[in-house]
Amino acid sequence: MADIELNAISKRFADVTAVDSMSLQVSDGRFVVLLGPTGAGKTTTLRLISGLETPEEGSVHIGGRDVTSESPAQRNVAMVFQQYSLYPHLTVRQNLEFPLKSPVLKTPSGEIKNKVQEVAEVLQISHKLSNKATELSGGEMQRVSIGRALVRSPSVFLMDEPLSSLDAKLRADLRIELKRLQSELGATMLYVTHDQVEAMTLATEVGVLDEGQLVQFGTPREVYEDPNSIYVATRLGLPRINTLPSDLFGAAPTGASTIGLRPEHIKFGEGKECTVTRVEHLGDQTRLHVELEGHRLITLADVNSAVGVGDALKVAPKNPLYFDADGQRIRH
Amino acid sequence: MSYSITEPSSRQKTVAGFLVITYSLVTLIPLLWVFITGFKTPPDSISYPPKVFFTPSLEGYVNLFTTRTRVTPEQLEALPPPANFAEEIVRNRKMVIAGPSKFGERFMNSVIIGFGSTFLSIFLGTLAAYGFSRFKVPLKDDLLFFILSTRMMPPIAVAIPIFLMYRKLGLSDTHLGMILLYTAVNISLAVWLLKGFIDEIPREYEEAALIDGYTRFQAFYKVVLPQAATGIASTAIFCLIFAWNEYAFAVLLTSGNAQTAPPFIPTIIGVGGLDWPAVAAGATLFLLPVLIFTIFLRKHLLRGITFGAVRK
Repeated sequence: MADIELNAISKRFADVTAVDSMSLQVSDGRFVVLLGPTGAGKTTTLRLISGLETPEEGSVHIGGRDVTSESPAQRNVAMVFQQYSLYPHLTVRQNLEFPLKSPVLKTPSGEIKNKVQEVAEVLQISHKLSNKATELSGGEMQRVSIGRALVRSPSVFLMDEPLSSLDAKLRADLRIELKRLQSELGATMLYVTHDQVEAMTLATEVGVLDEGQLVQFGTPREVYEDPNSIYVATRLGLPRINTLPSDLFGAAPTGASTIGLRPEHIKFGEGKECTVTRVEHLGDQTRLHVELEGHRLITLADVNSAVGVGDALKVAPKNPLYFDADGQRIRH
Repeated sequence: MSYSITEPSSRQKTVAGFLVITYSLVTLIPLLWVFITGFKTPPDSISYPPKVFFTPSLEGYVNLFTTRTRVTPEQLEALPPPANFAEEIVRNRKMVIAGPSKFGERFMNSVIIGFGSTFLSIFLGTLAAYGFSRFKVPLKDDLLFFILSTRMMPPIAVAIPIFLMYRKLGLSDTHLGMILLYTAVNISLAVWLLKGFIDEIPREYEEAALIDGYTRFQAFYKVVLPQAATGIASTAIFCLIFAWNEYAFAVLLTSGNAQTAPPFIPTIIGVGGLDWPAVAAGATLFLLPVLIFTIFLRKHLLRGITFGAVRK
């Protein structure tokens, strides 16, 4: 296993700057999740690390070695693709053997057999080994593609939204499995997603990306509780953080133009009067949509709350987050 | 009564089946006639009204593969008894076998040139199609148009320049010359067809192979080629059919050494009168390689598009 270091890498496609002078440090054995919407440069970052793309500027180091000009094969990284990318003309076993038989690894056949068996058992696909890769369900395909990354014991694992095409239950199951595998192997993992639940549950560190730049990096808690900007604050947290004019509740720090209120920043029973416009019972939580002087707010109520549409409530901020006109956080 | 919109009714199926069988019969009757004529005797083959029922004979095939000379009845008497069935058939016509005909040789020429040019077209076409499909080629669209434009006139329109060029280069009546010529005609078709097939194969497979430790060429060989098998097979059949059946250039550019079967078969007519059974026998044998090749590759043709393990 090894660490990954990106030094101010940039990548442009025609007029679009996909990755803009990004620096990132992934320490050995860490599970780093890159979070961002489509087009933020997450996948390009992974492809730059894997060697499928080469940066115009900057350098990539894996395990202390400068690999910027090396081919993907030389870098010894494993990558799991969003679309599985299992070789359709091969069986599950042949898919798992494929990296081991490569000219880079040239594994002896006895060892190949053991490793494939071992990985198949870990991922519970032993009974499917002789199936064609196309004869599997989505969950099984993604297990095989994770298996293909596991068999070769690479220096780092790169995962490009591996769970996004699976249904909710499988996604939850595989999420737990991935986390377990990673801690058992002590593997360095760089994982890309737009799903904040994956980021919060899997990551030791989260990197939030915006237009090719790394805007914040820290533990999930740090990023959630202490966001640098409105952009970062809106990436984490369900329901999303409410943003309102900063003077709505009275005095605000100088320079502040927006106040950010997560559900835990809203105190009931005092402050401004507002009206409940909708109540959503989600089972484990109850969401209240309220209207406050022409602004809409979404917050959480007690699960057993008897609040109904049309009810009047009083709300006040509690340790809210303030942002300036550019959306940057104002700390005080 | 229950019915399904997507499933045709049994009556529709019967009508469809009837139409397909009728159409097949109409198209197959000429081929069947050629096949049957090959087993007639020369008098039966030209009798009027045409004979549908007749005693089959191998005379056409014997005549196809041999040259014969007429002998006097006295000479025929003096000969030892015929050593095999071919000699017996020939002697019934008061002739003896003088030697083998050129058919075998011409047929082999067709095999060498047809399969040789098909292999070369597919080999070059696959590499070119892969390059056009995957890499940034300067002026890609223009180049693809130029390649296609070689097909915008009948190839025979350039017969005279090619004839003169081949004479200068010493390629006239050589196997290499014919292979190159048919490859040149086929390659535009091969590049365009194969590019379409390769475009359909997601790049993710190669990227996965690159990360799994393979070089670009190994990824092409191990991952792209097996998946392009369907396209390669159907393209190969098209190329072979053209090269196998080509007549005009073969007449113009070959006469002896590299002559293919198409220009040779009609010359049988002139050898010993209108020997239709021999011509029909030659045509029947000439059909076989393409038929066998197509049956051999049928598995790939029918398999159609693989539903890949990539989710779109």
